[in-house]
Amino acid sequence: MTVLTPHCRLDLTRWATWPAALWTGLFFLLPLLIMLAVSFSARVDNRMLAVFTLDNYAAFFTQGGGVYVAALLNSVEVTAIVTLVSLAVAYPLAYILAYGVPARWQRLLLVVIVLPFWTSYVIRSYSWLLVLSEKGVINQVMMALGLFDQPIGLGNTRGATVLGFVHFFTMLLTLTIYANLVQIKESYRKAAADLGASPLQVFLRITLPLSLPGVAVGAFLTFVLAIGDYITPQILGGSRELLLPQAIMLQISRQANFEMASAMSMVLMLVVSAAFLLFARHLRMERV
Amino acid sequence: MSARRIFAIVYLLLALGFIFLPVVMLVQYSFQDGLLPVPPFKGVSLRWYEAFLANDRLIHAMGNSTLVAIASSAVATTLGFLAAYGMARRKRRLNLGLQLLLMAPIAVSYLIIAMGLLIVFNWLGISRSLLAVGIGHVVINLPLCFAIVYSQLGEHQANIERAAHDLGASDLKALLLITVPMLWPALLAGFLIAATLSWDEFVIAFLLSKFEVTMPVMIWSMLRSGLNPALNAAGTVVFAISILFVILIELIQARSRRHG
Repeated sequence: MTVLTPHCRLDLTRWATWPAALWTGLFFLLPLLIMLAVSFSARVDNRMLAVFTLDNYAAFFTQGGGVYVAALLNSVEVTAIVTLVSLAVAYPLAYILAYGVPARWQRLLLVVIVLPFWTSYVIRSYSWLLVLSEKGVINQVMMALGLFDQPIGLGNTRGATVLGFVHFFTMLLTLTIYANLVQIKESYRKAAADLGASPLQVFLRITLPLSLPGVAVGAFLTFVLAIGDYITPQILGGSRELLLPQAIMLQISRQANFEMASAMSMVLMLVVSAAFLLFARHLRMERV
Repeated sequence: MSARRIFAIVYLLLALGFIFLPVVMLVQYSFQDGLLPVPPFKGVSLRWYEAFLANDRLIHAMGNSTLVAIASSAVATTLGFLAAYGMARRKRRLNLGLQLLLMAPIAVSYLIIAMGLLIVFNWLGISRSLLAVGIGHVVINLPLCFAIVYSQLGEHQANIERAAHDLGASDLKALLLITVPMLWPALLAGFLIAATLSWDEFVIAFLLSKFEVTMPVMIWSMLRSGLNPALNAAGTVVFAISILFVILIELIQARSRRHG
């Protein structure tokens, strides 16, 4: 057999990456750049006017008595609550799955845990309305326990939005945290225990720090997906308080005001970028 | 049994209860015998499955969803595979930038992606249609397909490709007869995941479609016109189909783990 030389490289490799890059450039990057430009242009007589103006961004902060800023703050608040609560629910679950369940059952149990993930997204949100309705399970349990005197409509509230989100992201976070936990070498924990660490110390000084990358990845995904989601707040939260994606959708579908909607989208992307920097810095700090 | 063990089991059961609560409700009320799909539960009946099957618009929308899912996933898998292949086999300075570009759509809200496409399609004169929805779905699924294939592409396949090349196979022949068959579990997994996500995607489908709509959009418009018990039946059927897909993906991955 002859010595393989670089000439053997397939020529296909030269262009194979480009169709995908072209597609993403044309249908993702270009639209984003155009939206950025649109967000700086004016809307006059229901038509776009290509002039450079900051009016849309100014309107974001002033219009309607700060209704957009309120939507942004609502979004950040709800997303932060959702991320924290989902972490609190998912971490113990992932921990029990990784360390308390026999290895051969782990994969099956994991598949079972994320099974509801595969129900139709719109219908899953709406199913929570069944659970939360006045004669639904939660009200019945609460009444039986004597915690509620009379049934309470729990849908169309911020709590319902948070619940719907937490349900979805508990599944997602369990996946990322579990994947991280099973990669931590057992010898580390054993060594710590041999050296006299209590189970709590082993957890706090070995397991928890080593699992933070999985936590950070999951938390970032949760943040990004939750803050940009329209369906869950629209179905479960009702229209009592708006989140930013709902406000953006109103601008598109009711007003057809793409200038304003673009500016709002840019603000949303800015918040996500800020979150990314926050999580990225946290990750790097953990590695040092 | 230790206290820790009991706590673990109780927590596991509570968590599973929470996770399955909406699904159990959905399935239970799909069998509701009564005019309204709201609690209390009145008894078992199959009437809403009949109503679902008789709902031509919903069935038609499911057909549309299937069409968009298969077409967009096929394109996303093909483009993702080619990109991963080109990236793995040709080291160049551009690679990092290209990888960033290809993965970027992951970090952007579907709503924003959909709106950008809506503006561009308006300007280009491309009307809102299933084609427009499909283009959007390729955008969101391409990063996943690319990442899945890229993670499976290693040096051992490169060596076999070189051998095939030495034995006189053309570029294309080596790609189709060597690389693709070796990667089929990753390709199929990428395709199935993309298809599942596309099938269920709402915001892009909602903003980019007009007369012909996909199933989530149809369900949405049915929801807006009041609670419809047939939706529970539709949701249950969708869930059942999705579970079949999940089992399929699991089987393929188990197979590839055995062989890999």
